[in-house]
Amino acid sequence: MNVLNFVNAFFSDSAHWHGYDGIPARLGEHVQYTLQALLLAAAIGLPIGLVTGHYGRGGNALSLVATAGRALPSFGLLVLMTTLLGFGMLPVMIPLVVLAVPPILVTTYEAMRSVDPSPVDAARGMGMHESRILFQVELPVALPLILSGLRSAAIQIVSTATIAAYVSLGGLGRYIVDGLYQRNYEKVVGGATLVAVLALVTLALFWAVARVAVSPGVRRR
Amino acid sequence: MESVTKRYPDGTVAVDRLSLEIPDRSITVLVGPSGCGKTTTLRMINRMVEPSEGTILLDGEDIQRQPVTTLRRSMGYVIQNAGLFQHRTIVDNIATVPRMLGWGKQKARARAAELMERVGLDAALAKRYPYQLSGGQQQRVGVARALAADPPVLLMDEPFSAVDPVVRKGLQDELLRIQDELGKTIVFVTHDIDEAIKLGTMVAVMRTGGHLAQYAPPAELLSSPADTFVEDFLGGDRGIRRLSFFPSGRLELTTGPVIPLDATAEQIAAPTPLPPGDRRGRQTARLERAARPDGRGHQAGPAPVPRATVRPGTDSLRVALDCAVLSPTGWAVAVDTDGRVTGVVSQQTIGEAIRSAHAAGRDDERDDEKVAG
Ligand SMILES: Nc1ncnc2c1ncn2[C@@H]1O[C@H](COP(=O)(O)OP(=O)(O)O)[C@@H](O)[C@H]1O
Ligand SMILES: [Mg+2]
Repeated sequence: MNVLNFVNAFFSDSAHWHGYDGIPARLGEHVQYTLQALLLAAAIGLPIGLVTGHYGRGGNALSLVATAGRALPSFGLLVLMTTLLGFGMLPVMIPLVVLAVPPILVTTYEAMRSVDPSPVDAARGMGMHESRILFQVELPVALPLILSGLRSAAIQIVSTATIAAYVSLGGLGRYIVDGLYQRNYEKVVGGATLVAVLALVTLALFWAVARVAVSPGVRRR
Repeated sequence: MESVTKRYPDGTVAVDRLSLEIPDRSITVLVGPSGCGKTTTLRMINRMVEPSEGTILLDGEDIQRQPVTTLRRSMGYVIQNAGLFQHRTIVDNIATVPRMLGWGKQKARARAAELMERVGLDAALAKRYPYQLSGGQQQRVGVARALAADPPVLLMDEPFSAVDPVVRKGLQDELLRIQDELGKTIVFVTHDIDEAIKLGTMVAVMRTGGHLAQYAPPAELLSSPADTFVEDFLGGDRGIRRLSFFPSGRLELTTGPVIPLDATAEQIAAPTPLPPGDRRGRQTARLERAARPDGRGHQAGPAPVPRATVRPGTDSLRVALDCAVLSPTGWAVAVDTDGRVTGVVSQQTIGEAIRSAHAAGRDDERDDEKVAG
């Protein structure tokens, strides 16, 4: 009766590989929630972080919002939103986005602030437009840090998206919630293992993206 | 620049009613202690800083009249740490402005390659990234990038301050050569008065508070500083330094004994004069140069060997005097451009040449006054 036995039992049970409660289906749902929440959070956090970081203004306001965002408990928010809005996708997305925006926003702002000012000065002096300076001078250099912000946001979403199961939605959280309810610890451990694996895959994905997207001149290798 | 003042929002007056006429196709240097407003002045020319009062005219036209990007694209801009784009290769860094102006990729890269050669960069560096280059090389890339779209004006803010003295000297010589070839209008900021004197056709000495202390050609600056501030700023031995501006071409050479570096003690005791053009003499001069760093060539014994030579017509009186002072006998050895000994010249003769050069300088000034009066 140890954890490995649970894991083994869970994954070798062929019933867990088919149907609407099968691993592929639940994994797909989980990935879908994660992507949706990450895209939404990036759509909010990236532009604000890039622009405030470029102009160097609003840093204090940002960190205030970010701290507030971090202080909100995701589960509490989920319950609150479900009470207000009823069951559905939206009450799940809101806590996930609130969770993911602060790391994206703050890291993007910091990344832009930490860009060496002299190339920016040179670019401005040669008559480059501000938008071009932002995208072609600052962003490529800030990219590794920005990606690390996105990465930690993604990891947090992956692990927190399990809460969707509490409000009758799918995802890997289903195994954990149902397993706990049915006292089926094999299911609980299996679900948790899948979440952990998904988090590792996310890490690997970000590593690959950074390899491709970051210039060797910035990576210094 | 007509009575230009810059007051920053915090109340600092960085530049105070500065009027300056910057000549075409020459190097004008702004020099002064740190914080005296040099950078502010330079940045007002490409409108990185907007003046609080006064106007700046470029070819007679107010620079406020054209769009700021058009103005900046007509001026190359070089800054202290080069400010290269880390994520771009060297060729792409240099091709930035041409690309911005809409040139095709091939044409821009070809132009970049041409400029790399012009500023003395090995073509093999083209595909490298800035972090793979030394400080001096990065600075060359900065200059090449500023020249890429062939702007008539070049603004340079302490471009060589962050590199070591040997590399700096190379970069300065290179800039003078490029200026000879291209004839740009260069405004060059430095806090190093020696650099200002070496590079400037005109030198504007600025004083803390953004005041212009003196605006003059370097030789005049050395001979007649406007006040004690300029005099102090020029530092000691400005009399000696001024000799750099006097040619040595009119020095009268005499033939005399020149002792080869490989001379034996007997030869030194009874020196045989080397006639001008002697091959051994040529060897001597060569050896003397080679011998400088490690003292090789002294192995023959306690030879009274002059260590440096002067090329009359090419070198200045300062070099001639330096050779004479360094020589144990007090005689400077003159050589032609091939390093062949052409004669010797005494400290006394050099002293006379200096006196007559000074006298000629004073006559010129008196003539100027007559014209002015
Ligand atoms: N953006 C700014 N805001 C306020 N004061 C400034 C600013 N830039 C420069 N100064 C001040 O203006 C003066 C001149 O600065 P600067 O032109 O950079 O001098 P330099 O280049 O000769 O060292 C200094 O006293 C400096 O502190
Ligand atoms: Mg400065």
